[in-house]
Amino acid sequence: MINSKITNKVAISFIRILAGIVVLILAFLVGYILIKGLPYVSWHFLTSPSKSVSAGGGISGQLFNSIYLLVLSLLISLPIALGAAIYLNEYAPKNKFVSTLRNSIEVLSSLPSVVVGLFGFMFFVLKFGFGFSILSGAIALTFFNLPILTSSIENSLAAVPNLQREAGVALGISKWETIIHVIIPAALPSIVTGIVLASGRILGEAAALIFTAGQSSPVLNWTNLNPFSSTSPLNPMRPAETLAVHIWKINSEATIPDAVQISAASSAVLLILVFVFNLIARRLGNVIFKKMTAGGK
Amino acid sequence: MAKKTNLEIVDQLVAETDYDRYIIQLSKKHERAIETKDLTVTYDGLKYAMNPATIAFEKNKITSLIGGSGSGKSTFLRSLNRMNDDVATVGGQILYQGVDLNAPEIDVFEVRKRIGMVFQRPNPFAKSIYDNITFALTQRGKYSRVELDEIVETSLKNAALWDQVKDSLDKSALQLSGGQQQRLVIARALALKPDILLLDEPASALDPKSTMQIEETLVNLKNNYSIIIVTHNMQQAARISDYTAFFNMGKLIEYDLTRKIFTRPKVKLTDDYVSGNFG
Amino acid sequence: MNDELYQQLTKKSISTKKDNFGKRLSLFALILIGLVVFAILFFVVSRGLSTFTLDQINPFNFVFGTQWNPGKTDEAGNQLVGALPMIVGSFAVTFLSALVATPFAIGTALFVTEVSPKWGNKIMQPVIELLVGIPSVVYGFIGLAVVVPAVRNATGGTGFGIFSGVVVLFVMILPTITSMTIDALRNVPGHMRESAYAIGATPWQTIYKVVLRAAIPGILTAIVFGLARAFGEALAVQMVVGNSPVMPDGLFSPAATLTSVLTQGIGNTTDGSLANDVLWSLAMILLLMSLLFNTIIRRIANRRALK
Repeated sequence: MINSKITNKVAISFIRILAGIVVLILAFLVGYILIKGLPYVSWHFLTSPSKSVSAGGGISGQLFNSIYLLVLSLLISLPIALGAAIYLNEYAPKNKFVSTLRNSIEVLSSLPSVVVGLFGFMFFVLKFGFGFSILSGAIALTFFNLPILTSSIENSLAAVPNLQREAGVALGISKWETIIHVIIPAALPSIVTGIVLASGRILGEAAALIFTAGQSSPVLNWTNLNPFSSTSPLNPMRPAETLAVHIWKINSEATIPDAVQISAASSAVLLILVFVFNLIARRLGNVIFKKMTAGGK
Repeated sequence: MAKKTNLEIVDQLVAETDYDRYIIQLSKKHERAIETKDLTVTYDGLKYAMNPATIAFEKNKITSLIGGSGSGKSTFLRSLNRMNDDVATVGGQILYQGVDLNAPEIDVFEVRKRIGMVFQRPNPFAKSIYDNITFALTQRGKYSRVELDEIVETSLKNAALWDQVKDSLDKSALQLSGGQQQRLVIARALALKPDILLLDEPASALDPKSTMQIEETLVNLKNNYSIIIVTHNMQQAARISDYTAFFNMGKLIEYDLTRKIFTRPKVKLTDDYVSGNFG
Repeated sequence: MNDELYQQLTKKSISTKKDNFGKRLSLFALILIGLVVFAILFFVVSRGLSTFTLDQINPFNFVFGTQWNPGKTDEAGNQLVGALPMIVGSFAVTFLSALVATPFAIGTALFVTEVSPKWGNKIMQPVIELLVGIPSVVYGFIGLAVVVPAVRNATGGTGFGIFSGVVVLFVMILPTITSMTIDALRNVPGHMRESAYAIGATPWQTIYKVVLRAAIPGILTAIVFGLARAFGEALAVQMVVGNSPVMPDGLFSPAATLTSVLTQGIGNTTDGSLANDVLWSLAMILLLMSLLFNTIIRRIANRRALK
């Protein structure tokens, strides 16, 4: 009895110590980034272009590129993921064919991002001649988006009670109409949450982008909104270094003297973006849910 | 001699040559809403969840389907508008105005427009009261706002809900009470102007007061609709229905006028069930 | 028979048409994803194999060779494409980091679910879940700014090497393994704990004999996820490992991993050259490993489903 009590005390204390160390490590991690980075984050830093050899550069182009790539890749991947999730959750029979496809989605989600980058480089950059471009990058990001989005949307759909499906079907409305007008609206809050969470993850992706979207950010003319012009920020065929790639690049090449400050500041910005995305994801779901159920006409 | 199990009694009963005499036949002068001929249901392709059932339902009457859990009454009901298509194999014929609804070439969505269904748990859409009723209509065709307003009003009046919600049609249907939701669901089904209304224990999830209101609603509706209702509640069956069919263990046992089923059933099993000896 | 009604009922309704349309459209989307996956698998494997078929490299020499200098040959004329240094490097950083991370992750998860749920549920779990989303380059940057200099001071070397890689990956996969382990422990039904307490077990006995045992499959899955993430991680490792494709002769000398060599090599080779083909072979190894991890995770899940 006494032995077991002592063992208990020792073991529980040990658990507390392990947890304490983890808290310290993670607190150090976040603290280091914020303490080193935040003082350097200013309006000027966020809105001025980066410099390649001298100090004092900003991250305006990288910030824009990250968001633009994210939006483009969502535009490509969302319809596909939605379709796939609908089929898997609403129509799919239980057979070999479907389970093979289901497994292939899991495989895609576990592919190392550098392999996706290599594939994207060979295919979109070289074979299809897209070059280092936002388009190549967006497609590479799509490969990451698809499995994450498909499974999160599928879960959202599965959480809608079957009563709603029966209601539609019993009214002589087709499954498809029920899905579009009843099931998806009902699942929308959780679908949106899933999209925002996925966006947070995509924002930090770098390995797949280095050789697809490229590592350079051409001088941009913010007033040029013609997507076919090479200085337009909207041009999908221009190379686009993202914030995450920027952190990697200035650390690897070390050509600018203030690489550490810029990396820390960029990391802080990325970190805050990811946190904000998470917060939004949690809130947005509730807001949409309230709006949707509160009223029709 | 050992006491026979229910299953043995049922098997013996169905094996009798004059089994048919326990199933009332509608005469020529009774107009038929829908009838089945040897309707069977299997879930695994082997065992009958519903043994061959031949039964005709009279138009503009209420028919109750009673029986214990697993008796097949709900399975039978859901087969009538082909709600079982995805989960089971349904055999035999379902005759509706001379057309076999169970034929493969029949479009199930057209069938369900004519044969509406209401479930045990109220299942309004997460939309406004108004949209709940108009949704299925607007998916089908073009209606003017005036037409829709009128349909909403009549459907809600028929379901005895109009007075309570006429000022809050824009409110979410999910904010209604359980009883109101169930009447909204009935109104939603009525808006499609079906011939037949199938109800699967529509009041079992409701409190006694809401139950009474639903029952009143149904009795008023039978002037214009043929109603088939599955119920666990003997009193309910006795109160509102004109005919009652008793199911047990996947078999149709007895079908007759309600008062006969409840006063002098021909089969002892029916007597046991309605008097509460098992079930 | 009522012919008019029959016509109405057998005519394909708009609903049927819409349903068929929707079914096809959504199936098309699913198949599209499947095609993408098969395209990636097919090309990585076929290009990866061309090292051995087209370039006639002996697979044995590739996997067990220790000299890596694609494009160059040794005195005997053999291509210097031995991938063993990177294979060893990858396995070393992956398994060492998971080995260190696992006890910390399990300890923290136990703290959150069993020892101090109040604190754990409200603060620690949400924070740990947030940290799962930290971009890996951020880990790489911290490694470069903090870990490498510290190691340099302590050992007198360059500071780059497997040890630094392990530290970075350890911190990176810690939130992942922890939060999945928390989920696994949460899934142990409460009545199992209650019955252990009811027969007088101490909290530790309950944890050790009941909770941990019941959660083993979930914890294993968490660890394999961590392994997969560490094995496939490119940039965070590449930034601190030293990028020297030689057989590592210790934890503190510069080394390389499959991913770090790939990261550096992709832009520097031309399509169709041997130097390019061997990169695909490295990618193929990465791919096969990720398939393996995937299979293990699925096996664990299936076995759990059977029980």
